[in-house]
Amino acid sequence: MAEAIKVPTMAEYMAEGKKPEVLFWVGCAGSFDDRAKKITKAFVKLLNEAGVDFAVLGTEESCTGDPAKRAGNEFLFQMQAAMNIEVLNGYEIKKVVTACPHCFNTIKNEYPSLGGNYQVMHHTQFLKSLLNEGRLKVEGGKFKGKRITFHDPCYLGRANGEYEAPRDLLKKLEVELIEMRKCKSNGLCCGAGGAQMFKEPEPGNKDVNVARTEQAMETNPEIIAAGCPFCNTMMTDGVKSKEKEDSVAVMDVAEMIANANDL
Amino acid sequence: MQIVAQIVFLIALVFGISFFVRNIKKMLRNIKLGKTIDRSDNPSERWSKTLRIAFGQSKMVRKPVSGFLHVIVYLGFIIINIEVLEIIIDGLFGTHRVLSFMGGFYNVLIGIFEVLALLVFIGVIIFWIRRNVLNIYRFLSRELKGWPKNDANYILYFEMVLMTLFLVMNAADYQLQINGAVHYAHEGGIIGGFPISQFIAPLFEGLSNSTLIIIERGAWWLHIIGILFFLNYLYYSKHLHILLAFPNVYFSKLKPKGEMDNVEAVKKEVALMMDPNADPFAAPPEGEEEGEPEKFGASDVMDLNQVQLLNSYTCTECGRCTAECPANQTGKKLSPRKIMMDTRDRLEEVGDNINKNGKFEDDGKQLLDDYILREELWACTTCNACVEACPIGIDPLSIILEMRRYLVMEQSAAPNELAVSLTNIENNGAPWPYNQMDRLNWAKEN
Ligand code: HEM
Ligand code: SF4
Ligand code: SF4
Repeated sequence: MAEAIKVPTMAEYMAEGKKPEVLFWVGCAGSFDDRAKKITKAFVKLLNEAGVDFAVLGTEESCTGDPAKRAGNEFLFQMQAAMNIEVLNGYEIKKVVTACPHCFNTIKNEYPSLGGNYQVMHHTQFLKSLLNEGRLKVEGGKFKGKRITFHDPCYLGRANGEYEAPRDLLKKLEVELIEMRKCKSNGLCCGAGGAQMFKEPEPGNKDVNVARTEQAMETNPEIIAAGCPFCNTMMTDGVKSKEKEDSVAVMDVAEMIANANDL
Repeated sequence: MQIVAQIVFLIALVFGISFFVRNIKKMLRNIKLGKTIDRSDNPSERWSKTLRIAFGQSKMVRKPVSGFLHVIVYLGFIIINIEVLEIIIDGLFGTHRVLSFMGGFYNVLIGIFEVLALLVFIGVIIFWIRRNVLNIYRFLSRELKGWPKNDANYILYFEMVLMTLFLVMNAADYQLQINGAVHYAHEGGIIGGFPISQFIAPLFEGLSNSTLIIIERGAWWLHIIGILFFLNYLYYSKHLHILLAFPNVYFSKLKPKGEMDNVEAVKKEVALMMDPNADPFAAPPEGEEEGEPEKFGASDVMDLNQVQLLNSYTCTECGRCTAECPANQTGKKLSPRKIMMDTRDRLEEVGDNINKNGKFEDDGKQLLDDYILREELWACTTCNACVEACPIGIDPLSIILEMRRYLVMEQSAAPNELAVSLTNIENNGAPWPYNQMDRLNWAKEN
């Protein structure tokens, strides 16, 4: 499937004097990381399939500031927030969807008191609403009966209390969902949050992603489903460290749906 | 003789309570060393959270064994303390079992107290076994060595002794009533229900009434003096939680756990920088004359807010947070419980300093480095597992974040790779060295 996917920008919409239904916030990982770009594209295909009128900011998008804030650089965070809010408000954005729980948390919770008020959804929530509205169909086919475990992203789950949207999507795929010993509010972090992604871990006896992958492996899964580009990287590395990459795949829920629908 | 006892009792009571009040005042003064924070919003939601989590123990029972044991100890303690009311009245007015006019209801009440006392006794023994015999992860951390471990055990011994005294007192009383001793026996038969102590009473059968009275009075006195001592022990112990758990839950954060506060002082500076009319090169000289710039983040307890300091006094050192911490589980130095314990220890040190000098004199120490190591702070993934795990609404993560803010904004002391990523964000809007102009390239790749 080499055909280019349709990704309109806000600037193009503006030029035509139109407004999209929703802004897709791609995020840094989704824009630049090779693995995460696949998730981005899968999600765009689903948006196109469902006929969603969406746009991206493209080159006008910049880091939300999540890693800066959690690293302690509040200045940098607020500078990033101010720039992004200026752009978003300039386009009069009302609704934002993103495939990154960190972007989701930051824009939803931390932008309002800085002047950025939007309805913000995680892509699993948005996909669920598309399904409920009948705009998107999910085919069980490929994943039916497969053993799958879902790794809760901290910034979707504990941070924002959303545990069900990704699971509802997996149920629609008719998978055999097997929960890890530690799941939902007790889920173990993948080790990427709080800017850990961008530094070496402190001395210890194990990497966090390996510990989490071991918990996932206990369920003997065919696929570890994720909902965050950083978790995805961490779990993929964890699976590799166990030399299980040939038998266990790490996939974003959106990728699974796109895949099931042969997109 | 009776009047002497009453006077001694009064003195003990006044002494015990005023010492306690003094400690609580000291604690409040220490908490007020922190920055103010407004948590007066949503009182109804706060009350309902307090009812659920503190009174209702809803998060305690997530760990079924220790949760169940604690519910027994907690309820037992509260209910048995109704008995203390009677003890105080009896002590002050020289009466004996003044509430017994309630008749049958009184008997039921004392009976319930006895059953609870036994349950508390058993519960506390199991607590002790869990702490000292079983190898439970959260009781094994290095921060529990020494005083914290002893403190935890002292409390348990104390509860055992208090419960034993209560039952022995009742048993002696019961035996005296059977013997028909003056002041103890009543026309209408036995006063008080003794479902448990009746099994202790046979031990006393051969004893003379005067010996029994000594035992009964002795237990009575030791019991009340023990309670007064315990009251004063709280301040020095993790057991302060039996009072502070309630306000602590009330003032805990209601917002989504992922939401971290936007620093007000930074808001002002950023607004200035974003203002197209402001000349970025003109500001500094005048700015410096405006007095000391605000310190960002926390390097010592005075830089934390009052809720964070209250948190530190409330922490029960249970380690549920640490057991869930991904950094701790993988052998890193970080332990959220230690963050809370260090904060309290340093706050106490600052408080003692103020007691001694009238005001805080620089002691060349601070919370950062002297207590909490950078290595601990940087190991945190901000995953909120500790916050979720804490049964009494403590937020260790907020202290970690505040201290990182100090390290990064005041000291530019982020670990190297992280500093590079932050510079990338600043220069090209992503933590990696990619050009912002390439941000949409993915759409053209296939
Ligand atoms: C008011 C009467 C209370 C009493 C007498 C009491 C008594 C105790 C005792 C004896 C322990 C020590 C257990 C051990 O050694 O492992 C303990 C621990 C603890 N208490 Fe309380 N408590 C009271 C109130 C509360 C409240 C209101 C809360 C709030 C939910 C609370 C939360 C805790 C926690 C989290 C621990 C650590 C337990 C653990 O290891 O899991 N307590 N308490
Ligand atoms: S937020 Fe930090 S301290 Fe708390 S559990 Fe997660 S890694 Fe540990
Ligand atoms: S912060 Fe909470 S969970 Fe952690 S040790 Fe203290 S009381 Fe226990």
